[in-house]
Amino acid sequence: MIHTEIDTQRWKEEVLKKYPKKLAKKREKSIVVNDSDVIHPIQANVRTAPGIITQRGCTYAGCKGVILGPTRDIINLVHGPIGCSFYAWLTRRNQTLPPTPESENFMNYCFSTDMQDSNIVFGGELKLKQAVREVFEIFKPKSIGIFSTCPVGLIGDDVHAVAREMKAELGINIFGFSCEGYKGVSQSAGHHIANNGLMKHVIGLGNTIPEGKYKVNMLGDYNIGGDGFELERIFEKCGLTLVSSFSGNSTMEKFEAAHHADLNVVVCHRSINYVAEMMEKKFGLPWFKVNFTGAEATAKSFRKIAEYFGDQELIDRVEAVIAEEMALVNAELEKVYDQTKGKVAMLFVGGSRAHHFQELFTELGMSTLSAGYEFGHRDDYEGRSVIPTIKVDADSRNIEELDIEQDETRYNPRKTEEEKAALAEKGIEFNSYDGMMKDMLKGALIIDDLSHYEMEKLIELYHPDVFCAGIKEKFCVQKMGIPLKQLHSYDYGGPYSGFEGAINFYKDIAMIVNTTIWKKIKAPWEREVTIEAEYAA
Amino acid sequence: MRKIAIYGKGGIGKSTTTQNTVAGLAEAGKKVLVVGCDPKADSTRLLLGGLAQKTVLDTLREEGEDVELDDVVKLGFGGTRCVESGGPEPGVGCAGRGIITSINLLEQLGAYDDTSEDTDYVFYDVLGDVVCGGFAMPMREGKAQEIYIVCSGEMMAMYAANNISKGIVKFAEAGGVRLGGLICNSRKVDFEQNMIEEFARLLGTQMIHFVPRDNVVQRAEINRKTVIEFEPENNQADEYRELARKIDENKMFVIPKPLEMEQLENLLIQYGLAG
Repeated sequence: MIHTEIDTQRWKEEVLKKYPKKLAKKREKSIVVNDSDVIHPIQANVRTAPGIITQRGCTYAGCKGVILGPTRDIINLVHGPIGCSFYAWLTRRNQTLPPTPESENFMNYCFSTDMQDSNIVFGGELKLKQAVREVFEIFKPKSIGIFSTCPVGLIGDDVHAVAREMKAELGINIFGFSCEGYKGVSQSAGHHIANNGLMKHVIGLGNTIPEGKYKVNMLGDYNIGGDGFELERIFEKCGLTLVSSFSGNSTMEKFEAAHHADLNVVVCHRSINYVAEMMEKKFGLPWFKVNFTGAEATAKSFRKIAEYFGDQELIDRVEAVIAEEMALVNAELEKVYDQTKGKVAMLFVGGSRAHHFQELFTELGMSTLSAGYEFGHRDDYEGRSVIPTIKVDADSRNIEELDIEQDETRYNPRKTEEEKAALAEKGIEFNSYDGMMKDMLKGALIIDDLSHYEMEKLIELYHPDVFCAGIKEKFCVQKMGIPLKQLHSYDYGGPYSGFEGAINFYKDIAMIVNTTIWKKIKAPWEREVTIEAEYAA
Repeated sequence: MRKIAIYGKGGIGKSTTTQNTVAGLAEAGKKVLVVGCDPKADSTRLLLGGLAQKTVLDTLREEGEDVELDDVVKLGFGGTRCVESGGPEPGVGCAGRGIITSINLLEQLGAYDDTSEDTDYVFYDVLGDVVCGGFAMPMREGKAQEIYIVCSGEMMAMYAANNISKGIVKFAEAGGVRLGGLICNSRKVDFEQNMIEEFARLLGTQMIHFVPRDNVVQRAEINRKTVIEFEPENNQADEYRELARKIDENKMFVIPKPLEMEQLENLLIQYGLAG
């Protein structure tokens, strides 16, 4: 299936024609026909046009659900009416593995202050304090995070003051987040708020230096469907010490000690690059971007890590691991390649996933005709080089930018500028991410904050073999006869990261793109010719 | 039954004017219910002879759902029934939401059912400006039908009156609330009466009464009484009786035409600098 640039340009024009003029003008800037040679600017991280049926979530979801949710020993106490906590309860498939059955794990609990009308009228701070004391009494946690929902911001409850007071009273780490759902334009604002909170209240508190020769933090893997477990396996096999993951399968203790690592690798650039940047400023930890989605990408990323430490022993060990793992990966790929080759995928998900998963499709011989993020920013599309040119609008200004300074005693630049330059020669670019566009085909359609109408039109015209998005899109797409693979929750599958993840993905996609079940979705009376007649008068 | 809401800039004398007017109506044999919509809960002090009132929201908080109308309604001067919404202390929670909750509860309890009791008037005394949705509650459908705005010839009072008119326009289209007139509570500003009459004309309404400034109001307040109760023979008592009569006989209910800022300023220049 080959598409030309003219095709996609025409698709864009057709879609925009249907919109009211003002909306068409807005959406026009968020739909770009890709040209990997000349990166075109795309409009992203702006307010969703009302009524387009967006894929996006809220700031609270980004803060509590995505970043802090996967940490098993923080009690995530949601200050608000019950729904915000209840409907975010165990919905993200971020897995965790406590070392023993007795170890702390609060992830399967749902904590909420369950605000009532009178708490709105008279303020909810007292109830919040009560809830903090109660949760401490019952669970004796090491830390409690307090998450603000929309009404909390409206009535002005000061969760930070409550957190400070309770911290002093109970003697454990308690911190609040002003992550009211309506802040910002998407869940992305919540990620930033969570990053700030981790930096302010957690990272750097640990004084015990973790053991290990090559100490790395992995930022932006959330252990969906066990992704983190697979990556932990590879890290260990390579002889690398994972000091802390942000935040799949993580604990407070690991967060607190993260500044003892010697390198930050960033998986999901969108959700957590802030922590990487701030840790570099404060503690001198360099960071670079990696991608553990796709076997080749995983191999490349581990090679980069080995190269960073520069030890021949490590480099050899990583190569040996890659050789061993790739043999298995290639064996599986060989089995499915003929079934997947030439098929077409579309991906509309996340702030990294729509880019990363293209690696896996490429390995399967499939092409990505169209892709876009739910909550990405321009740098996630065009690369970090555009950051200075991104207009900071009122919505972004609404989110606090921490002013981070070098830690007086603990700042320790792990690499000198010369060493960094030498590594750059070898292809290791620090503080860099080139974005999605560069890796995509010329003529591919890149669409930010895809509308439901645009989704239907993509499917109607191009009939992709698989559409990747989330639960909100799943059933609409499948009713149109196209299989949908959820790349938020992986449906019930995964892991898809690392080498074993690639094998899982190959198998699942081979199955998905070759099933005919969705073609049978139409009821018999919808697909068979019927005869219509009228009674004669 | 007529449902009337009194709005106006904070400190303009809404509560005093409302209670004195209500006293006038009560004296004339009307049955009146006064609903104070101010978190300070001081809208019925003069009718009750003190603040000793348990508010709707306090009662709701303490008693749970088990609230009876008698728990929150107190009888005041001339048989007026008095209710205070109450609300949070300053700077906490949401007073607007409190008013919504309180008015809904009163409605559920049948406080102003047309059939439940023989009530001629319900007066809502609302806090200051219409700062948020909660304070507009008495204007919404099924609540107050008539609005009177208390103002004076001071610029900020007129500015607030104009803003409140904007609120009325918004709810007039959806609900059916109308402006009954401006009550000028004199601050002895130059040419005050003429200016407010002109302001009312521009808004498309009337200045229903000009209440002169008299220190007896202050003396009565200190004694926790309306002027009508405190010095029934005083001229000022007659002014409030007159205001009550005019409201009782009022037939002029309009959707106001709020002024542009420039228009309002011109009005002030025209009258304020005329001397």
